[in-house]
Amino acid sequence: MSALEVESRILSKKTHGGFEEDYEEDKEEAVIAVGNEGTAGGASTALTGSVKPRPKKNTHRVKDARLRQNLRRADGKFRQAKAAVKASELLLQEEAGFLEAEGMEKTYKFTQEELKKNVDVTTASKAFDLTLDFGPYEIDYTTNGRKILLGGRKGHIASFDFREGALDAELNVNETVRDVKYLHNDQFFAVAQKKYVFIYDKTGAEVHCLKKHIEVTHMEFLKYHFLLATVGNAGWLKYQDTSTGDQVCELRTKMGPSTAMTHNAYNAIVHLGHSNGTVSLWSPNSTTPLVRMLCHKGPVQAIAVDRGGHYMASAGADGQLKIWDVRTYKEVHAYYTPTPANTLSISDRGLLAVGWGPHVTVWKDALKVKQKSPYMTHLNPGSTINDLRFCPFDDILGMGHDGGLSSLIVPGSGEPNFDALEANPYETVKQRRETEVQGLLNKLKPEMIALDPNFIGGIDARAPDERKQALKLETTSETDKIKEENKKLQVKAKTRGKNSALRRYLRKKASNVIDERRLRVQESWEKEKSMRENYRKKQRGVAVDEVEVGPALARFGK
Amino acid sequence: MKIQKATLSRSSDTYLPARSTEVSRISRNLDPEIHPFERAREYTRALNATKLERVFAAPFVGQLGNGHGDGVYSLAKNTRRINAVASGSGDGVIKLWDLTSREQLLSVAAHKGIVKGLTVTLDGNLLSCGMDSTVKLWDVLASNASAPIKTFLGSSGFTGIDHHRSSPTFATSSAKVEIWDLGRSKPIADLSWGADNVSTVKFNQSEQSILASAGSDRSIIIHDTRSSSPVQKLVTAMRTNAISWNPMEAFVFAAANEDYNTYLYDMRKLSRSLNVYKNHVKAVMDVDFSPTGQELVTGSYDKTIRIFRTRDGHSRDIYHTKRMQRLFCVKYTMDSKYIISGSDEGNVRIWRADAASRSNVKSARQRAKLEYDDALKERYKNMPEIRRISRHRHVPAHVKNAADTMKIEIASRERKEDNMRKRSAKGSMAFSKEREKHIVGVATKDT
Repeated sequence: MSALEVESRILSKKTHGGFEEDYEEDKEEAVIAVGNEGTAGGASTALTGSVKPRPKKNTHRVKDARLRQNLRRADGKFRQAKAAVKASELLLQEEAGFLEAEGMEKTYKFTQEELKKNVDVTTASKAFDLTLDFGPYEIDYTTNGRKILLGGRKGHIASFDFREGALDAELNVNETVRDVKYLHNDQFFAVAQKKYVFIYDKTGAEVHCLKKHIEVTHMEFLKYHFLLATVGNAGWLKYQDTSTGDQVCELRTKMGPSTAMTHNAYNAIVHLGHSNGTVSLWSPNSTTPLVRMLCHKGPVQAIAVDRGGHYMASAGADGQLKIWDVRTYKEVHAYYTPTPANTLSISDRGLLAVGWGPHVTVWKDALKVKQKSPYMTHLNPGSTINDLRFCPFDDILGMGHDGGLSSLIVPGSGEPNFDALEANPYETVKQRRETEVQGLLNKLKPEMIALDPNFIGGIDARAPDERKQALKLETTSETDKIKEENKKLQVKAKTRGKNSALRRYLRKKASNVIDERRLRVQESWEKEKSMRENYRKKQRGVAVDEVEVGPALARFGK
Repeated sequence: MKIQKATLSRSSDTYLPARSTEVSRISRNLDPEIHPFERAREYTRALNATKLERVFAAPFVGQLGNGHGDGVYSLAKNTRRINAVASGSGDGVIKLWDLTSREQLLSVAAHKGIVKGLTVTLDGNLLSCGMDSTVKLWDVLASNASAPIKTFLGSSGFTGIDHHRSSPTFATSSAKVEIWDLGRSKPIADLSWGADNVSTVKFNQSEQSILASAGSDRSIIIHDTRSSSPVQKLVTAMRTNAISWNPMEAFVFAAANEDYNTYLYDMRKLSRSLNVYKNHVKAVMDVDFSPTGQELVTGSYDKTIRIFRTRDGHSRDIYHTKRMQRLFCVKYTMDSKYIISGSDEGNVRIWRADAASRSNVKSARQRAKLEYDDALKERYKNMPEIRRISRHRHVPAHVKNAADTMKIEIASRERKEDNMRKRSAKGSMAFSKEREKHIVGVATKDT
């Protein structure tokens, strides 16, 4: 057995380090209330109901024998399934790539040319440079990593299979192109052009013009919900259902043009970066952001979230590259980029690629632990990096820059074992069609988007009246709330009689006896009188002199 | 300079089929990170499965032949054969049916007046009883069955008949409960206890010497043929119309009551029913356990059939058609997949026990899909949307109205009772239990 083989085995074992830990990690997830999270949880009211399996230790307390038996049986099934998943790791065929330096050498010293010489022919053929004149370029890969989509700022759009070099569509729209995005597969893609967003089919024919999406700068596609999320210069986040063509909602961010956008693949929450240094988290179910995080002392330049939805990387114009835990919304650690980073990407296996100026730096294991030196570096002389994307299921990093498109070899970035029922790089036409139909049948509703995607089927542990109250708050609009509030404050206009309860008390009490109670009553009577007076004035349209200061300072008021 | 490196390089040969005729490989990776929104996607699938179940729900299969000329008042199934059913009608005609072809095999004018009971003997022959005070034995295999093999004469009109599971004896109900031997012409035992008229009699299929009868004096009596005497008597508030023993739990039987409910009893403790099956809005005329013991079917005077899970209190399904009149007999078939019903207007109908199921041959993939869907439906059954869709049924207007009225009646009765309780001395008015309140008393026979 050669040294390389041994090495790769150890590495591969590390790769699939067991799902056990992952589960443990999930359990420790802190639940915190941030921003308008109540709304996200509130959407659960219609979707919660079924009983979650209980942990084994609690079942002996269940009195009903049949229920207890059922719970134990379900518990056993869950444990069995967990063991089966663990056992199935042995069946995984492929091993992840890696790059190791010997002795004093450093991996970040290796150049792409050296790598190309050392890797097999197929991989070397995937690393290529395209010199194009319509840059800077935005890029996107299909979810199976088969096709790549280019969008040059000056109007050049191309979609092609980069392994086989087969071109699907190439067109020039003769106007600004700000972002490009594949929809659920390679058959359709969306392009954010000068004014509107357009959808083109595989051949490059224009299929739709989304006139409600104006001056869009960033787009994200939520694969399982068939939602195209766009944000433009006006700062409106809009969700468009691409299967029905309906616009699901439009949300006003109130924070000006968004400077960066990404989505969390774990819970389909859209992350927006703003020019005031905040990152806001959005779901289509809330008009206000679920979470707002102050991340940088300057505009947020780029954001990226890892596959598991645990970490977020953000780069700001302040030259900082920060790693955040998106479960606790706390900073994990920060890196520094000599010039502000333009673009970020996190690969399936957690490699972080940073594009700053003409440089690309790739960090390995940089999310959990702060690394001292990068994994790989690359310089693209004379051309600023505009967009970086890791190719799914491959050790390739796509790079859109001023002068065109390059793809770099980054060993160990891609997920080695794909699941053919989710995304299949080797899918046939028939399988693609089948996947599309299944995807549409299993399309998730926009209401299912929440910070915790597993709230569905859980139990809302709040008391019934509390739950109803929350639901009521959600359903009643802002204006209704104000009305309700006003109703409470309103003083009843008395039509006749001047005998208030307080006044009667004061009259009946002997006038010469002044005790504590009398004073209190007198005070509240005065207050009531003045309120009534003010009310009457308001009715007549006379200005009411309201004392702004509190009771302690009121005596200085006049 | 030496680099240790390895990049991902899959061979497409591993994943793509060598020939176009081969099926391409589906490689799996069960890492949860590759499968986001697992819960939401499962829920969506469960919702779709539930909707599809309602789309495919078509309970009515068809009717047997052209039915009878008069109402169908008795049905019998052969517990040893899966596709034979006999029915008896008000004009005294007995018909034998083949369930597979849904055709009539035999038709005889057996009795003068109504055929009240039918049962199958050990060798597959048919026993019928009628209001003309006779029990007749028919050879169903004979080419010419116009005349009975044997006739038993009783003293009064018979109302029910049931055959013993393993010995050639049968029980009849009339003014009294009698045990007969197929080889003798006179009854071998008389097991009466009080009732002036006994409406039904049923042998226990597991504890074979036990039989239960229901009388018009609102009683259910448990008899034992070993001591040739009745053992226990239960008196309920209203009359019991039919009895069915649970084939899987020897002590348990269900009784269809005139008070719109069906009750489940344990014969060892009759002072309390094990379960109450509600939902019918008129008297329940017949009840039959599924051969699995998991479900029971009831036919009612409100022109509907309801299917209950043994452990639930409310029906899981309701079957009705515009033409079907008052039900007098319902039976599960021996494969528990179909239900046979006989009603007042003379048709004998076949229904699917599970409205959305189909009996055709299914591919392995199709079966796997159905099983997966069932598991999903079970897992998410309590979700509000899924529960609503799976429970939704179209109900005839008269049933709906009657149910609404009943709801109001029950509420007002409860309110009244509550008010009375409030105004009486504390503890003087005990709460009555739903499973006990219909029971008037239990008696044990002194020997």
